[in-house]
Amino acid sequence: MTARTRLVMFLVATTVIAAFFTAACTEVPRFGSDFHPYGQRAVTAALAHRTANVVSSVNFDIRAFDTLGEESILFTTVLGATLLLRLARDEREHPPAAERVLPTTRLFGTVLMPITLVVGVYIVAHGQLSPGGGFQGGVVLATALHLAYVAADYRVLERIRPLTVLDVADSLAAASFTIIGLAGLIAGGAFLKNVLPLGTFNQITSGGTLPVLNAAVGVEVASGLIVLLAHFLDQAVEITDSDSQEAH
Amino acid sequence: MSEWLVGVAVAFVVLAATVAALCRDPARQAVMLAVLGLGLSVLFAVLQAPDVALSQLAVGTALTPLLILLTVRKVTRRPTSGGDDGDGKDQSR
Repeated sequence: MTARTRLVMFLVATTVIAAFFTAACTEVPRFGSDFHPYGQRAVTAALAHRTANVVSSVNFDIRAFDTLGEESILFTTVLGATLLLRLARDEREHPPAAERVLPTTRLFGTVLMPITLVVGVYIVAHGQLSPGGGFQGGVVLATALHLAYVAADYRVLERIRPLTVLDVADSLAAASFTIIGLAGLIAGGAFLKNVLPLGTFNQITSGGTLPVLNAAVGVEVASGLIVLLAHFLDQAVEITDSDSQEAH
Repeated sequence: MSEWLVGVAVAFVVLAATVAALCRDPARQAVMLAVLGLGLSVLFAVLQAPDVALSQLAVGTALTPLLILLTVRKVTRRPTSGGDDGDGKDQSR
């Protein structure tokens, strides 16, 4: 395809999309107005299920099926990275060396890691009450572990991340989302139906299946991201092409 | 006041996105992507969407640029490339 054909195709596609987008936007409520037809319905539905965080209610209750898809995307990503970044036949693995770290950096990591881990668990556990949830908290948990690499060296990080356990945890957590959905199908007649007792509004146990799904997503995201980063970090730190040895 | 903040955040996002798109060096592009992610999370927070702002901060600002930087580092460290760009980094390790 020549550059000219590509430009023509781009211009045609842009015109069509721009026309439809403009037509669609004429019906949208004005920016900053008080009229929120979807928002009002979502708030009513969330309050009916005694969930304080409406966004979590939309993500994990009203449209939990969408979240199942998103969670599967992450699981597939981790699976693909594991498959592609495995040790090839012409690659060598070098054990990482111990590295000197400034005492202040070490103190920073030692103090901050437990705080970050607690914050991560808090964000996962309070997904039904305050901004956050399984996804955000899971990312915080995964990053917390990597403070070990910043404050110490790669060997310490390898010691505190049991990759086999995390692989299994990732798969089990990803599967448990579907299992909770099937439980809803059996108990309530619809996939991912909120069948658990709804609890008291604004309490940590409120929201029915919402905290359970949040916990599953939290474990899946945390372990999945640690595994994903581990493969990337291994490639950058430990694995080299064997031609560097064969060169001499 | 709030509308003024939204305007500033949108302008910053547009500027950062343009710079990130026009940047040729992948490492600099990753840093610009982190700046863009930060601008986007500020925009989401100003628009009263703290959930999305949190995700954006964690993934767009920290994780994606880190993955890009690790990939760039791995790709440019080829010893077969002679001595133009990869060798210096290889020795310093």
